[in-house]
Amino acid sequence: MNPIPNQTETGNIEGRTIHTVSQLTRKIKRTLDDSFQRIWVVGEISNLSRPASGHLYFTLKDEKAQLSAVMWRSKASATKFELRVGLEVLVYGNITVYEPRGNYQIIVDKIEPKGIGILQLAFLQMREKLETEGLFAPERKRPLPSLPKRIALVTSASGAVVWDMINTITHRFDNINILLYPVKVQGEGAAQEIAAAIDDLNRRCEIDVMIVGRGGGSLEDLWAFNEEVVARAIYASHVPVISAVGHEVDVTIADLVADRRALTPTDAGQIVVPDKRQLEAGLQQSAMRLSSGLLNAVRNARHRLDGVGTRSLFRRTVERVRMYQQQLDESVGRLHLHVSHRVEMQRSGLDAVAAKLDTLSPLKVLKRGYSITQDEKGNVVRDATEVGIGDTIETRLACGRLRSRVMSSES
Amino acid sequence: MGKKKAKFEELLADLEKTVEQLESGELSLDEALECYEKGINTYKACHKILSEAEKKVRMLVQDDEGNLTEEAFEGDASESQS
Repeated sequence: MNPIPNQTETGNIEGRTIHTVSQLTRKIKRTLDDSFQRIWVVGEISNLSRPASGHLYFTLKDEKAQLSAVMWRSKASATKFELRVGLEVLVYGNITVYEPRGNYQIIVDKIEPKGIGILQLAFLQMREKLETEGLFAPERKRPLPSLPKRIALVTSASGAVVWDMINTITHRFDNINILLYPVKVQGEGAAQEIAAAIDDLNRRCEIDVMIVGRGGGSLEDLWAFNEEVVARAIYASHVPVISAVGHEVDVTIADLVADRRALTPTDAGQIVVPDKRQLEAGLQQSAMRLSSGLLNAVRNARHRLDGVGTRSLFRRTVERVRMYQQQLDESVGRLHLHVSHRVEMQRSGLDAVAAKLDTLSPLKVLKRGYSITQDEKGNVVRDATEVGIGDTIETRLACGRLRSRVMSSES
Repeated sequence: MGKKKAKFEELLADLEKTVEQLESGELSLDEALECYEKGINTYKACHKILSEAEKKVRMLVQDDEGNLTEEAFEGDASESQS
């Protein structure tokens, strides 16, 4: 009906100042934009929607009012925790007007959970998510090898932690093989590096177990070990994983997924290898028990024989007793050998004995290239003066004998 | 991987079984001697496994083509920080 006034100026019809909707909205927008910049507002999230664009739309509300909120994709994807309906949040941003709808809304720049740290909430949410998926299930934890041949360390190559691990390991088991996979353990990209290292070590397939960790730090410092990508890599690993992140009080997602959680990097070193000296002591103990077991067996045999001897006065022939006697003599002969073993062992360890037996074997000596020379009468020649020029000597080798004539000699 | 460790555990269990058998006192003298010899051999085999690994600390390093190669990881913490 009325002529449409132009868009830039307010029309004046019959003494009344008339705005178009756009003009009015723009005025309101300007007013709001000027008065509600960089404000914090607290409320509960409702009507949360996440369209494919990646932007987040929700309503902030309290008992009496509500406020539309928008979070652009770049900000939404940088938020560490997950927005959920019902969550009490603190929101920071600018109020503006969405002109097509005539709505005012807050453009969210930052969002924080109320009453709890962002990272703390993110941790709780991740824990809940992965727990539901079964990543922490006790039945999927793989046993650690009791005697690994090669251990991988996924940690920073600099700093004291890697050496804590190496020193603890080699102190317990001196001849062990360690492979360090150096990674960034905090900051941008650290989680991706750690996850890639775990995957890579699985592909290389040369290790029996790996330790993934770092030293102590703030929750932010340890954050890489709470990220999903690390948790997934640990879960997918075929090689058992020991986590060793921070101190005892710091429980990370990586700790929960790992097959075994070490309280500290040093603790990881203790878990991953047995104490070699303890194993050796155990072995030594077994050898001792073998010896005393044998000794007892011989005592029993003698006891039985004594019994047989007295009864045989009536029941058995003298020959039979003699046969036993002979058997016993043989056994005692073998026993002497073993008892001397035992004494030696107590003195210098069984190892030495085993080695000695080996080296004393004349055949062994010959095999190493030594030979025995005898003169015509068969005496062993130990001194060049024992034979004259022209004498025939016989040399015994590991394989066969040589007969030769002495051409010259020096002593 | 895996073969050696399983072997060590098996040998250790085997040794314990042999010891217990011998300690049971139910064996004849000949059996006892046999048992003893078997035990000592197992003991030696265990010992061999414990001492055969070579001490090595290596680090994976990326070369120019992005391939990972191993090199010795030595020195102390302060050196490796540089």
